[in-house]
Amino acid sequence: MSTDADHGQHHDHPEFSELSPMDARVRALETLLTEKGLVDPAALDAVVERYETEVGPHNGAQVVARAWADPAYREWLLKDATAAIASLGHVGRQGEHMVAVENTPERHNMVVCTLCSCYPWPVLGLPPVWYKAPAYRSKAVIDPRGVLADFGVTLPDDTEIKVWDSTAEVRYLVIPRRPEGTEDLTVDELAALVTRDSMIGTGLARSPERVTP
Amino acid sequence: MNGVHDLGGLQSFGPVLPEQDEPVFHEEWERRALAITLALGALGQWNIDQSRHARESLPPATYLSSSYYEIWVRGLEVLMAGTGMLEQDGLRARTGAELLAGVSAQGSYERPTEREPRYAVGQRVRARDLNPVGHTRLPRYARGRVGTVVAVRGAHVFPDRNAATLGQLPDQEPEWLYTVDFTGRELWGEDADPTLTVSVDAWEPYLQDVTGEAA
Repeated sequence: MSTDADHGQHHDHPEFSELSPMDARVRALETLLTEKGLVDPAALDAVVERYETEVGPHNGAQVVARAWADPAYREWLLKDATAAIASLGHVGRQGEHMVAVENTPERHNMVVCTLCSCYPWPVLGLPPVWYKAPAYRSKAVIDPRGVLADFGVTLPDDTEIKVWDSTAEVRYLVIPRRPEGTEDLTVDELAALVTRDSMIGTGLARSPERVTP
Repeated sequence: MNGVHDLGGLQSFGPVLPEQDEPVFHEEWERRALAITLALGALGQWNIDQSRHARESLPPATYLSSSYYEIWVRGLEVLMAGTGMLEQDGLRARTGAELLAGVSAQGSYERPTEREPRYAVGQRVRARDLNPVGHTRLPRYARGRVGTVVAVRGAHVFPDRNAATLGQLPDQEPEWLYTVDFTGRELWGEDADPTLTVSVDAWEPYLQDVTGEAA
């Protein structure tokens, strides 16, 4: 029951008010597992911190920018993506067998996991909600141009579309096309043009004029 | 298992709805769900294929109406019950350092094998028409279709055997893994986008030779 006194507390701790059913369920699970000695809440905090702040698409953007700027690195990335990506420090769970696929004027690549949510965590972080939801998982393999339209992207009719369904432990990273007018940019400036969606293949890299007007 | 998780090619889910500036997590419980999933996985009571099978075995209506972290939580509940881990002695929570070392490690499923790969790059193969009641990673849309091997990825633990009944030791004998390209028309018929190619990563037991088949 609610009183004025604990109203104040609710303002300080909004997460304790009106628990959603899933919130209540997961709290009960964590409490039980903690009491049984099977999880350590501080260890859970450390995992959350890692995936919320350290691992994300900024990692993949560095890889792509480097490939754009350095032909030898690009060649290595296309030949042995696992090693080329590891050389930049991006290793770990869900990135054990990396394959980089390059977009060209003739061919556009898109990555999906129709069966679950397979995604290259070390380079892209945790997948967005839409990547794991039925609309994308169902549509990407039969109507990828329709998916691109959902993202506001149109490609020429004669561009080949290659969709990679991640049904095993191979994880795919799309190298988007390098935007025009970026010849003088540094690797860090190039990385700022590389979006998460462009590395899944549902988007394109940004044009420099849209980043620095 | 021919479950609702095998979504490729269904047409009834509407447009993809990307979210602008999407946060990594939308709710606090999602943070905990991710971390608990990884923390319990580190206790070694199940492997990735057993956990995938637990999720895809949820009731179809539950699966389709749940967010993905909710699927994870419900899958965990199945795994915990199936292994009896709450009643086991001798399991100890992993520390933060141990968990972070685990997620940074390369836990490859590639394994040495003395067998040679049966198929080579460029070879045409047919995806078998398999309908196992257990776990499989051959999507329904590819079954029975003819494609071309475009890569040999090494020998990997085979999910259909690795997803052993909970509590039993899985058979991790590896199988050769291939990336196989299928044309859009082979998968979806004459009206399909002529520029479309879809690949799946398929273990050798999913494939059969088409040599001798009428073209």
